[in-house]
Amino acid sequence: MADPTRRSVLDRLAAHGAASATALARDLPVTRQAVVQHLAVLDAAGLTAAQRRGREVHHRVQPEALTATAAWMTRVAAQWDERLAAIAAIAESE
Amino acid sequence: MEDSIVRETVVAAPVDRVWEVLTRAEYLPRWFGAEKAEIDLRPGGALTMTWAEHGTGLARVERVEEPTLFSFHWALEVGDQPVPGARTLVEFTLTSEAGGTRLRVVESGFTSLDRPAEKQQWHRERNVDGWRQVLEAVAAHLSGVTT
Repeated sequence: MADPTRRSVLDRLAAHGAASATALARDLPVTRQAVVQHLAVLDAAGLTAAQRRGREVHHRVQPEALTATAAWMTRVAAQWDERLAAIAAIAESE
Repeated sequence: MEDSIVRETVVAAPVDRVWEVLTRAEYLPRWFGAEKAEIDLRPGGALTMTWAEHGTGLARVERVEEPTLFSFHWALEVGDQPVPGARTLVEFTLTSEAGGTRLRVVESGFTSLDRPAEKQQWHRERNVDGWRQVLEAVAAHLSGVTT
């Protein structure tokens, strides 16, 4: 996922729901072929899944792969907000 | 910074005061919600945090640059040593500004965490590092929404 294009592909799918490689390539400064390769990696990782719709293949984010981790990291971020608030309260009141 | 969580606040107190609250054993448990803390405030020093119901969290102090920078590696799981693969880096920076101190915390290294054991087989079968990719994707997403 160090590849920024791959992250862009995932971000766009997360934002727009399902999309085809052709549609994704229109939004990104890369070829359709490159998008297809990134989608293959994302599919293999279980982050996205392909689904045939008529003549097109649509890809969609697999929320369950992301949800547990997202929930955990959101919790980590929220804990830091609480700790920073506690630090501020102590520093400001005493 | 794609594998980090960044949070920031402004404290209406001088930098030296915020530094004390951040680094002294008498204050650490209060903002960590722990029973007690011990800290050897120098690079390589031990930092421990004890919770009655969870046990003891272990961390190792990394950088101490009073009063602007304080960082430590801490173990993800209570009771574990803060070794590579099982730890993240927490770094506080303090900046003096009008009205007080800007306090920023960055927790990083999520993508270097070892995968949970129950998922390792699944990933081995598919020859992908999905755990890391999930972490990076989520961190990238969160870094776009943090303040």
